[in-house]
Amino acid sequence: MSTSVIPPTTSVAPPALGGTRSSGHGPRRNPVLRGLFYLILIVLAFYLLFPFYWAIRSALIPESAAGNTPVEYWPSDATLSNFGDALTGNILKQPLINSAIVAGSVTLLSLVIGASAAYALGRIQFRGRTIMMYAILSMTIFPQIAILGALYTQFSKWGLINSEWSLIISYLIFTLPFTIWVLQSFFRTMPRELEESAYVDGASPFRTFWSIMLPLAAPGLVTTGLLAFINAWNEYLYAVSFLQTADHFTVPVAIVEWPPSTGSQFAVPWDHVMAGTVIVTVPLIVLVLIFQRRLVAGLTAGAVKG
Amino acid sequence: MKKPSSFAAGTIIHRGGFTLQKRQVRLAWLMLVPALAVLIFVALYPLVRTIYSSFTDEQFLGGTTHVVGFANYYNIFTNNTNTAASYPDFAAATILTLKFTVWSVVIEFLLGLGIALVLNSQFKGRGGMRAAMLVPWAIPTVVSAQMWKWMFNDISGVVNDFLMKIHVLSAPQSWLADPSTSLAAVVAVDVWKTTPFVALLLLAGLQVIPTDIYEAAAVDGATGIQKLWRITLPLLRPAIAVTLIFRTLDAIRVFDIFNVFFGSTIGKLTMATAIQNTIVSNNEVGYGAALSVVMFVIIAIFVVVYTTVFKVEQQ
Amino acid sequence: MKRKLVIAPLALALTGVLSIVPALPARVHAATRQSALSAATISAPPVPNAAALMKKYGSKGITLTYVGDAVGLGHNRDLILAAEFTKDTGIGVNIIPQPVASTDSYSQKVRNFQAKSSAFDVMMIDVVWPGAFAPYLVDLKPYFSAAAIKQQAAGIVANDTVGGHLVAMPWFGDFGILYYRTDLLKKYGFSQPPKTWDELTSMAKTIQAGERKSNSRFSGFVFQGNAYEGLTCDALEWLASSGTPGFVVNGKADLNNPKAIAMLKLAQSWVGTISPRGVTTYQEGDAQVAFTSGNAAFERNWPYAYALNLATGSKVIGKFDVTTLPAEPGSQPVGTVGGWQLAVSKFSKNIPASVEFLRYMTSPAAEKFNAIYAGLVPTMASVASDPQVLKAQPYLKPAIANVMRVTRPAGIFGVNYTKASQVIFQGINQILNGSDPSSILPGINTKLNAILTQH
Repeated sequence: MSTSVIPPTTSVAPPALGGTRSSGHGPRRNPVLRGLFYLILIVLAFYLLFPFYWAIRSALIPESAAGNTPVEYWPSDATLSNFGDALTGNILKQPLINSAIVAGSVTLLSLVIGASAAYALGRIQFRGRTIMMYAILSMTIFPQIAILGALYTQFSKWGLINSEWSLIISYLIFTLPFTIWVLQSFFRTMPRELEESAYVDGASPFRTFWSIMLPLAAPGLVTTGLLAFINAWNEYLYAVSFLQTADHFTVPVAIVEWPPSTGSQFAVPWDHVMAGTVIVTVPLIVLVLIFQRRLVAGLTAGAVKG
Repeated sequence: MKKPSSFAAGTIIHRGGFTLQKRQVRLAWLMLVPALAVLIFVALYPLVRTIYSSFTDEQFLGGTTHVVGFANYYNIFTNNTNTAASYPDFAAATILTLKFTVWSVVIEFLLGLGIALVLNSQFKGRGGMRAAMLVPWAIPTVVSAQMWKWMFNDISGVVNDFLMKIHVLSAPQSWLADPSTSLAAVVAVDVWKTTPFVALLLLAGLQVIPTDIYEAAAVDGATGIQKLWRITLPLLRPAIAVTLIFRTLDAIRVFDIFNVFFGSTIGKLTMATAIQNTIVSNNEVGYGAALSVVMFVIIAIFVVVYTTVFKVEQQ
Repeated sequence: MKRKLVIAPLALALTGVLSIVPALPARVHAATRQSALSAATISAPPVPNAAALMKKYGSKGITLTYVGDAVGLGHNRDLILAAEFTKDTGIGVNIIPQPVASTDSYSQKVRNFQAKSSAFDVMMIDVVWPGAFAPYLVDLKPYFSAAAIKQQAAGIVANDTVGGHLVAMPWFGDFGILYYRTDLLKKYGFSQPPKTWDELTSMAKTIQAGERKSNSRFSGFVFQGNAYEGLTCDALEWLASSGTPGFVVNGKADLNNPKAIAMLKLAQSWVGTISPRGVTTYQEGDAQVAFTSGNAAFERNWPYAYALNLATGSKVIGKFDVTTLPAEPGSQPVGTVGGWQLAVSKFSKNIPASVEFLRYMTSPAAEKFNAIYAGLVPTMASVASDPQVLKAQPYLKPAIANVMRVTRPAGIFGVNYTKASQVIFQGINQILNGSDPSSILPGINTKLNAILTQH
């Protein structure tokens, strides 16, 4: 890693993710490049968003019209009944709450536990540090299906089957190592001077961590928190194995197990599944956007020092 | 007082003898305890159990378990698709998984880096782009995999329809059934789903690079490419390392997409779907555990390679 | 900043709507969406020997745990019947809906049995699981009279009898049928649906060629060709209707015979000609959608698709009918048995009470309720011929419902059935994708025979 350029302390204030500075890249004056740039952006946005649009469109037609050809990009007789059903039935209500609890707890625990561990591993030299790093990572390498059986037995013994706690604990196995590794790389890149000046001022190591280093790692915290949240929100295999009754379902399970219109196991109500997916995705994105902007702005406001 | 002149982590400051160092080390262990407690408490038993199981012929349902020593591993390394136990062709599964991993990680990394660079700069509509990025990630994989399967359907799928409308295709293509396009289809879905993950991580890494460096370089007359190559990428190295490690880890463990698209089709098994099949359909928990250990070792090799190449430990 | 002012209240409003809007019970929700076939006007039948049961169990405060149908209409049916049972007998029933995916559902039961847990008393068993779960299920024969057992379809009862023990009671059935387009048959001059597979092939060719002129996406025949359990069902129908009675005959697997090779070669020829190339990735839903959208002349599927073909949005309303699947000359048409049974766990702490619950759920009256409320195929001939049931499920007319049922070899393979089935469907899928049957079938034979000796 290049060490030849040490910026003065004042400029290492990570701006909000909605930040105002330029990386120095990107076209600025050349109109042809600019046009190309926007074209690429549009293609990219299309690629990312089209399936979601397709989900909306699929939710606007009844189940039996799903495969009708020629393909209609906007259904000729769109109906809002699927969205209506999804909103008024109680399929999503409890699962949304359950998922929020599980994902929120996992995120909070990952950040708290993970940030502390990451600081220790990233800033403090001690024997066994490298081994610790690899040990933590190795916990997460096994494929989910391999440890599912043993986890199930363990949770049975603890009486946690059909409880959200089984998910919170098992998701930590996957989000915690990731959080620790990402955050330790953040902590590592911070200049020594910050800690030194803190010690000079008489701060304890912990105080230094809490009041100075942690706020500076804000982008890392927000990012890993976001990724942990969404990973926990979307997880399906453990959720369907550990949860049994509908009142404990999380969102992915509720959507996959959406009640079909006939009693048969083969009839999957895609129109409602799509409606449910859309309904669940929109507020998620909106909330995440607001949250991320607010949090980072708040954190960095206090961290910039002279 | 020793003033270090590098970013090296862990340089000890001598003030009042060893006290501060000791305090730091003690603090380090204290701060590690919660994480270790969680991992030991929750993960240790399943991991140990799985490793133990790999030395037995444990069944999913029924049967009595006997220790068989290294027999499972022997069968794996001789790629013995033993007639009675009907083991999967793990060698083929590994090759397919690695092919998929290389394609996905490379494409996602390049695309993600591009998006991160773009999002890090000023332009109109950046907020909308950021929101768009989150969409693939926010939909549960189980649902989006099925959705894409419908989109790739050869009769009523929109991918065929759209490509034929813009005259890229002249006849419908069986994306999933045709061996020449099936891997491309799966990679396309994974790229769609996971590029946001890569982009977000790299973006966070970009955010901590101080602006002054670029301003100084601009004063010196550096072009955009030079800035990218000489400043951004080197400073981004830790973030790139972590992103690649975890992205590779997840790609090697890919399950949902292959399971939904191809089920147990011969020649389309990945390591994870092969293990799932072995445990649930073949009833062989012991062999499945051994396969998991082998998978673990393969992933560990990748991790070691990454950390060596990116010198993650020596900073 | 302005955008934030708009987004924030929007998000709050949406979450507010989700939590404030009165939640209707799922049962009503499902009822409002029922197609014309299921009439929610039927009510749960009373328990036959209620008084005696109440006397015996009423005061004991027993609560059974029943692992029932997945969330939805099936779960609602369970709720209704269980409520009636509790009301009449005083035995409580706690219902756990099973996961909708069959591997998850199988794993759920496996874990329960491996742990010898008493958590589950009564449970739903797929038609291919009695062999695997037999050691852990209560023998129902002592509890039922011979006459009562005779009411059930003999083939399914035989399927559920392992080692002389009746370990599960048939509950609702399923069997493969042929859907066909009546309007297209008329248009191209065919007076009746195909009787043999060769007829189906040529009819499909003609119809497809004609329809492709106006609809480039039209296909002659769609079925389940993906490498999964459904292909084992389709393949069994092909083989059993062309001279190979099953995958295992007289204790041995002998698929490498001329008749089987010929039939599989025929099936292989469909892929990419009268069936879409992607049919090797099709499951039930894909085939159903192709037919319902009017893009297929023939479809092999379970009876469930009937209701979907009649629902709003379908392009084949009034243009389709069902019949038995074709058969080669010299063989009979067959349908693979699907469906579910009910069983009692040996580890249950309340076996007699559990058996009573099972008796109620599998009684003719309850099967009739199931047939009308949830649209599921009854396993009793008496129920299938009931006029109300026939009205709800027109494909139950005797001509179709009496088709010979063939069962998958789950009993023979026992706990190794999933392994054996995987060998079968992986191999057949390879054949459909172009591999030569004479190179694949010997491999299947060897593996199946090896698994048999292992069992």
